[in-house]
Amino acid sequence: MNIQLQNLTMAFNNNPPTLKGINTTIKDGQLASLLGPSGCGKSTTLMLLAGLYKPTEGKILFGDKDVTNKEAEHRGIGMVFQNYALYPHLSVLKNIMFPLKMKKVPKAEAIERATKMAKLTQIDHLLDRKPGQLSGGQQQRVAIARALVKEPELLLLDEPLSNLDARLRLEMREEIRRIQLEVGITTIFVTHDQEEALSISDKVILMNDGEIIQEASPLDIYKTPNSIFSATFIGSPPINMIKDGDKILGIRPENLKPTAEANSKFSGTVTYRETIGRDTLIKVKCGENTLNALLETGDIVNFGDTVHLTAEKENIYNFDASTGRRV
Amino acid sequence: MKETTPLANKESFTSKFSKKLRNAIFVDGATLKSTAKAYLYLLPALIIIVVFSIYPIFRSLQLAFYTDFNFFTREGFETGTDNFTYVLNSQTFHLSLRNTITFVIGVVPLTIIISLMIALAIHSVAKGTAFFRSIYFLPHITSTIAIATVFQWIFHTQSGILNYILSWFGIDPIAWLGHPDWAMPALIIMSVWSNLGFGTVLLLAGLQTIDKGLYLAAKVDGAGKWHRFTTVTLPMLSPTIFFLSITSVIGSFRIFGQIFALFRGPGTANSALTVVYFIYQQFWEVRNIPRASAAALVLFAIIFAITLVQMAVGKKLVHYK
Ligand SMILES: Nc1ncnc2c1ncn2[C@@H]1O[C@H](COP(=O)(O)OP(=O)(O)OP(=O)(O)O)[C@@H](O)[C@H]1O
Ligand SMILES: [Mg+2]
Repeated sequence: MNIQLQNLTMAFNNNPPTLKGINTTIKDGQLASLLGPSGCGKSTTLMLLAGLYKPTEGKILFGDKDVTNKEAEHRGIGMVFQNYALYPHLSVLKNIMFPLKMKKVPKAEAIERATKMAKLTQIDHLLDRKPGQLSGGQQQRVAIARALVKEPELLLLDEPLSNLDARLRLEMREEIRRIQLEVGITTIFVTHDQEEALSISDKVILMNDGEIIQEASPLDIYKTPNSIFSATFIGSPPINMIKDGDKILGIRPENLKPTAEANSKFSGTVTYRETIGRDTLIKVKCGENTLNALLETGDIVNFGDTVHLTAEKENIYNFDASTGRRV
Repeated sequence: MKETTPLANKESFTSKFSKKLRNAIFVDGATLKSTAKAYLYLLPALIIIVVFSIYPIFRSLQLAFYTDFNFFTREGFETGTDNFTYVLNSQTFHLSLRNTITFVIGVVPLTIIISLMIALAIHSVAKGTAFFRSIYFLPHITSTIAIATVFQWIFHTQSGILNYILSWFGIDPIAWLGHPDWAMPALIIMSVWSNLGFGTVLLLAGLQTIDKGLYLAAKVDGAGKWHRFTTVTLPMLSPTIFFLSITSVIGSFRIFGQIFALFRGPGTANSALTVVYFIYQQFWEVRNIPRASAAALVLFAIIFAITLVQMAVGKKLVHYK
């Protein structure tokens, strides 16, 4: 089922609008992430999709059906909340069965389907426990199982990984992707972590201040940022921004390569050196700019050395300094 | 498994015990000096509790067993269980117990249900401004005498507002305070009203602690209003409702002041005679303190037993975080 947002606008009470006319389409079976800084309106967009908020203007289409005015309880979507919002007094099994109970599915069938979902999310050994007796990762799986059990056509995930430690985050995001592909469900995944967005999605929707800045596949958004915001928000270590007249040049750290003095675009002394896994990050002071460069292990550079750096033309992005757009 | 000698066991037991004792007396990280200071602050309250609660409990326990007792010199001579035999066989005591139980069964559920309805209504509209909070807490702090005086007017057969309202529906005037059949309903109505303030405040506080996310999750899961109430509100409120039911059962078993204030006596044909009223009569009218004490102990045993049953049932039904 394709999901379409048309000129979606949301203003709370009499405040200036939180969402300023969002237009996008999420294709059937895809996983799209909503990425953006805190307060940019990601959760609001999700709440609108769920039907928990009603937009001030604009439309939401599920397939070709306009659901803008449909109540949340009738939209039949699955949602995983940031804090999971499991029913604390119900066992894991009853939590997962609850949406089926609301759909008046016969009990035997409900138990069977809930158990199947629990197997898929690998929590079938915990069915009798209460949510309070589970770890964060296990609670999250229960929340996912509960969201999926009614076989919704749309799954919404609001920063589902933000409560987990680094290792579990990695595991769980692979898990989410595995389940999503296995069930083939259209999914919208909210995060403010660019690495997370790039790693699991088919499409990244980058938002800032209530607007969509850019939407593209993870690779495209990384390689062809359309604006300074896009370029700086995505990538770690962050992209180098160098002022050049009324233009700003953006060069990703891994695209800066050491070279002979004759070919050099930037020269300076190494003021910092750090090994990140297989690569080495150096900071080079060139005039008023300090550039980050990510070198491969072969290039041996020491603190205090003078280095000469260059980048291929296609890897230098030009931005208009006044509008912030790519030129 | 590791073998432990009995001696080692004993040591660990005593050290565990002394640790427990320490924890009971000292707060974490407190010094001897700060603890002494804390107890000094507590002293006035402790003295009041000892003089007006602890001492009377033991004193009545002792008094209840005197079969020969001088009311004026407060001296007891012979002892025995005659007072208990008398109380347990007294027709009047049986009547008072029946009346009290009727009262409890009437007041407790009504208090909880109506308080809950009011709390839900307030919670869904105003987010409890200070003004509102004092309004609905008013019944709780208004003196019983003042409330009873107003209710005497409300219940008045000829000029009372209650009968006036009922007359709109073609109901003939009811002798709320005069007729034996209506004394208990009148008492229940007034008591429920005075309990509402406390119940509402408590339940509102409970409602405010419920995680709003649960309602959103329930909505997304397809739950309508009623199912959101039964799967989120009620279970999350169950500890509060449970607490309210325990305190109002205990409080209702002790009903006395309202009767005195409303009927200026035990009601026509003892229709509002409750156990505490019976105790009062034995004490001040019959002047038989040991018998009053025995009745008080019987009441204590009944309340205690009922509370234990409530606790046992509560354990099954109440969800604690
Ligand atoms: N119920 C509400 N009433 C008024 N303003 C709101 C409400 N919900 C959100 N906002 C405002 O809308 C803006 C966007 O909020 P939203 O929760 O969508 O941000 P977000 O992108 O999810 O941020 P985060 O990453 O911190 O979760 C914020 O400025 C917030 O203050
Ligand atoms: Mg959010």
